Amino acid sequence: MTTTELPFPGLTSGTDSVPTLQPDEAAQTGKDFTSDQEVRWCPGCGDYAVLKAVQGFLPGLGLRRENIVFVSGIGCSSRFPYYLDTYGMHSIHGRAPSIATGIATAREDLSVWVVTGDGDALSIGGNHLIHALRRNVNMTILLFNNRIYGLTKGQYSPTSEAGKVTKSTPMGSVDHPFNPVSLALGAEGTFVARTIDSDRKHLTSVLAAAAAHRGTSLVEIYQNCPIFNDGAFDAIKNPDTKADAIIPLVHGQPVRFGAVLESGLGSKGLVRDGETGGVRVAQVADVGESALLVHDAHSPDPTMAFALSRLTDSGYLNQSPIGIFRQVERPTYDDQARAQITTATGGNDSDDGADAGDRLAALIGGGDTWTVV
Amino acid sequence: MTKQVKQLDRVIIRFAGDSGDGMQLTGDRFTQESAAFGNDLSTLPNFPAEIRAPQGTLPGVSSFQVHFADHDILTPGDAPDVLVAMNPAALRANLGDLPKGATVIVDTHDFSGRNLSKAGYTTSPLDDGSLDEYALHQVDLTGMTVAAVKEFGLSRKDAARAKNMFALGLLSWMYGRPTEATVDFLTRRFAKVSEIRDANITAFQSGWNFGETTEAFAVSYEIKPAPMSPGTYRNITGNLALSYGLVAGGVQSGLPVFLGSYPITPASDILHELSKHKAFGVTTFQAEDEIAGVGAAIGASFAGTLGVTTTSGPGLALKSEAIGLAVMTELPLVVIDVQRGGPSTGLPTKTEQADLLQAMFGRNGESPVPIVAPQSPGDCFDAALEAIRIAVTYRTPVLLLSDGMLANGSEPWRVPELSELPSIDPAFATGPNHAVDDGDDDFWPYLRNEETLARPWAIPGTAGLEHRIGGLEKGDGHGNISYDPANHDFMVRTRAAKVQRIAESLPPLEVDDPTGDAKVLVLGWGSTYGPIGAGVRRVRKAGYRVAQTHLRHLNPFPKDLGEVLARYDKVLVPEMNLGQLSLLLRAEYLVDAVGYNHVRGLPLKAAELAEAIGELVAQAEGVDVDLTPAPQEALS
Repeated sequence: MTTTELPFPGLTSGTDSVPTLQPDEAAQTGKDFTSDQEVRWCPGCGDYAVLKAVQGFLPGLGLRRENIVFVSGIGCSSRFPYYLDTYGMHSIHGRAPSIATGIATAREDLSVWVVTGDGDALSIGGNHLIHALRRNVNMTILLFNNRIYGLTKGQYSPTSEAGKVTKSTPMGSVDHPFNPVSLALGAEGTFVARTIDSDRKHLTSVLAAAAAHRGTSLVEIYQNCPIFNDGAFDAIKNPDTKADAIIPLVHGQPVRFGAVLESGLGSKGLVRDGETGGVRVAQVADVGESALLVHDAHSPDPTMAFALSRLTDSGYLNQSPIGIFRQVERPTYDDQARAQITTATGGNDSDDGADAGDRLAALIGGGDTWTVV
Repeated sequence: MTKQVKQLDRVIIRFAGDSGDGMQLTGDRFTQESAAFGNDLSTLPNFPAEIRAPQGTLPGVSSFQVHFADHDILTPGDAPDVLVAMNPAALRANLGDLPKGATVIVDTHDFSGRNLSKAGYTTSPLDDGSLDEYALHQVDLTGMTVAAVKEFGLSRKDAARAKNMFALGLLSWMYGRPTEATVDFLTRRFAKVSEIRDANITAFQSGWNFGETTEAFAVSYEIKPAPMSPGTYRNITGNLALSYGLVAGGVQSGLPVFLGSYPITPASDILHELSKHKAFGVTTFQAEDEIAGVGAAIGASFAGTLGVTTTSGPGLALKSEAIGLAVMTELPLVVIDVQRGGPSTGLPTKTEQADLLQAMFGRNGESPVPIVAPQSPGDCFDAALEAIRIAVTYRTPVLLLSDGMLANGSEPWRVPELSELPSIDPAFATGPNHAVDDGDDDFWPYLRNEETLARPWAIPGTAGLEHRIGGLEKGDGHGNISYDPANHDFMVRTRAAKVQRIAESLPPLEVDDPTGDAKVLVLGWGSTYGPIGAGVRRVRKAGYRVAQTHLRHLNPFPKDLGEVLARYDKVLVPEMNLGQLSLLLRAEYLVDAVGYNHVRGLPLKAAELAEAIGELVAQAEGVDVDLTPAPQEALS
C-alpha cells in the first residue's frame, strides 16, 4: 500500500499530528529531557545506554516535550519514564500497551512510547502486546530484552534459552523461548526491528525510523543484565565474533556479513533456501553475489521478514539479524477510531455547550415518549 | 358481539416460550404499548445463558414478565395473573409461579407426543386435569398464525415464527393496548424483507381480531392510566438509562467519554449503546480482555478524557489490579459492574447483588474506592452522573453497582430537563502550584485541594506540568517515589480520608417514616428498592408502622446513617446476597442488623419480604402481626 492509498493522506508519520517547537523557540537538548530523579539501575546495566540514547535522540524530533508520553509496565526497564522529563506513567505488570492504547486513541496530539521488558511484554503482558500490534495503534514500543527476570532477582524469562539454569530452574529450564521478532511479525506488526543497547548509532537510527512510523513500532533492544545474565549478548558485541554473529538488515541491500573481504563486504550472505522455502546462510564465494537476498522491509507480505527472524539463535546467541525487519503502512486503529467520531459529529467539533445540550435533550427525550400534564 | 369489559387496577402477565420464540421482543412490545397507554409498569426479563438451548426443553425456556397498573408500582410482581405459554416446556417451567385461578393461555400446537416428553410430561396437561384449578385457554396460536399469513408465500417455518405477534395481538386486545406503535415498529424492524414485515403485522392484527370475535374470550380488561407527575416519559431499561447517564456526564463535564470494555453478560448492552453515540465524542474501545478495557480507560483518563469501563462480576475480578493503579495514581475512572449470579461464571443471565464486598475490598493493600448504586432502571441515569461527579471531583475510580434486574428490567422514566443535571468541572491544572526553595515555581502532582483532598489533574500537552505517576508509593506533595515508612502511613490514611471526604458532599438520607414513630427500619441498596418498597406498603396497609430508607452511596456512607440507624429498635437489611451490607453496617456502626437474604437469581418477592418485616415489627412492638386481611388490595 502506498501513502496515497491511506485514508488519512495528511498523516503519514508517527509524529505528524504532534505539536512541534516553533522556529523562535530555543532548541531542546538531552538535558531538557532529563528529570531530577536519581537513576537507580545496577552499575553496568544496559538500560543506562538506552536511556542516554533516548535522551539524546528525543530533542531531534523537535516535538513539544509536553506532548510526549512514556508508559511502562513493571520490571527494571519500566523505571525508564521516571528519568525522562516528559509526561509518564509507570503502570502495572504487562499492561502498558493497553494504557498506551487509551492515551493514543484519546489524543492524536501526543507522541506515545511504551518501555517494557521481555517478562513484562512477552509473559504477563503478551496478550496486550499482540493486540496492540494487530490494531496498529500509533505508538512506539521499546522492548528491552535481557533474556532474564532482573527485578525479581534472576528467574528465567520467556526469552531465556531452553536448559537455562536459574533460581527457579536449578535443573535447567524446560520452556521453549519466544523470538520477539517472530511473534511481532506473526501478530502482523507493521514496524518490527531489533537493535543493541551498546550500539548507540544503530539504536538511534532504528528509534528515528520507529518514531517516524505511523502505527505500532516494535523495537527489540538486546540489553545486557550484568547481574543475572551477564554476557548473554557477548557474541554479538565482541569485536572478534560480532562480524559472524550479526546479520545486518538494510532495506534494499543484499544481506551480507562475516569476515570482511577485500571488497569491503562480508564473506557470507543470505540466500533463499529452495528446500525449506526459508532463508539460509551461504558463502558468497559459493553462491555468487547475484544469488544474495536483497532485504525488502517494505514488502506487504511478511513471509520473508519472518524467515529472516528465524535466523536468530534460540539458544545462546551466536547469530542474530539486526535492523528493521518490516516497515509497511497500514491504517492505524486510533486514526480510524477518531475518523469515525469526526464523521459522526459531521465535523462540528467546535460544538459549543449549548448545542451539545440540545442534542443530549433530543437523545434522552427520544424513542416512544408520552407527556403527562 | 358485545363483550364485557372489566376494570382492574393491575395485572401481571408473563410471556413464556422457547429461546427462539421471540418472547423478549413480545414482552418488550407489550411493555411499550402499556407505557404509551400511560400505565405505570415494571418488567422482568428472564432468559437462559444459552443462546439457543435445545428446542422445546426446560433449559431453553425464555420469559418476560410485565406488571402494569393504574397506580404507582415498584416491582415486576411476585406471581403472574396471566401466563402465555408457547409450548409444553414453557408451561411446565412457569406453572409453579402461578397462583390458583390464574389465567393460562396455551399454544396447543406443540402439545403432542415428542414435545410433551421433551418437557418431561408423560400425559398432556391439557387433558389430564392437572390444569383444572386455572382458567385455561387452549388456542392453536401456531396454526392460526400460519393460516393468517398464508398469502405471503413464506415457508411453514417462517410463517410459524410470527406466532409471537399473534399472541401479542391477542393480549393487546384483552387489555386494550394501543397498537399503532407496534405496527410502526414492525414496519421499521422488517423494512428490508417485505413478506416477513407483512406476515408479522398480519399475525399481530389477526391475534387482535381473534380476541375480538372468538367466544373463547368473553371478557376484556381495562387498566386505567396511572397518575404521574407532569413531564415527558419514556419506558427505559437500566442499561439504556446508564448509557444515557454516561453520555450526559460527558456533556455536563465537557469531557469526551472513553469506554474501554470487553463483552460480558449482562453489561454488553452499554457497550453497544455507547458505540452509537460517537456524535457526542464518545469513543468505544472493544478491548482484547477485561484488563485491557480498564487499562485503556485509565490511559484515556490520564490523557484528559473521561475513562469508563463496564463489566460484570468476573470481569471486575480481572480489573482489580488496574483499579488499584487508578487508586494510587488518583485518576478519575468510572467502573460499572452489572452484577450477576456468582461466584465464578455463576448465573450469567440472572440477577444478584453479591459483588458489594468485592467492590469494597477486592484489591490488594488499603485501596478505598467510592461505591454508588442505582435503585431502579431509570435511576441508573442519575447514578451514572453521580459516579462521574465523584470520579472527576475527587480524582478517583468509582464503582457503580448495577445488576441484571436493573439492566434488563424497565420502567417509565420521566425525562429530566437539562437544568436538573449537575454540572461537573474537570478543573484541569493549568500552571505551577508550588514554589521551590530557589524561588522558582514548580508543579507538584500530589499537592491536594484542602476541601476535597483531590490532587490536580494535569493532562499531557500542558507545558511546564510534565510529571510522572505510577503504582509505586508517592511522596506526599511532590509525588516522587517514596519508600519512607511515615510517608506511606500518611498516604494510606490520606487516600482513605479523601474517599471519606466525599460524604461532605452528600445530602442527608431520606427516611420514609410516615408516622414518625416506627420501631423497625428497613434499609436496602440497589435493585431491592422496589421489592422493599412493596413489602413495606403491605405492612403499612395492614396497619403497622415501619420505616424505609435506601442507600445510593455504599462508600462512603452518608454522614447521618449512624444516627438514623440508632433511631430504630430493629433494622432489617434485605439483600440478594448472604448479608454483605449487613456486615459493613455491623462493622461500621455496631448495629444489630438483621439480614433478609435470598440468592435465587431473581428479585426478592414483596409478599415474602412483608412477612419478614412483619415478624420484626411483632418483636419490636410486642404485638401479633397479621398481614392477611387484605392481600388482594395490598399494593405491590
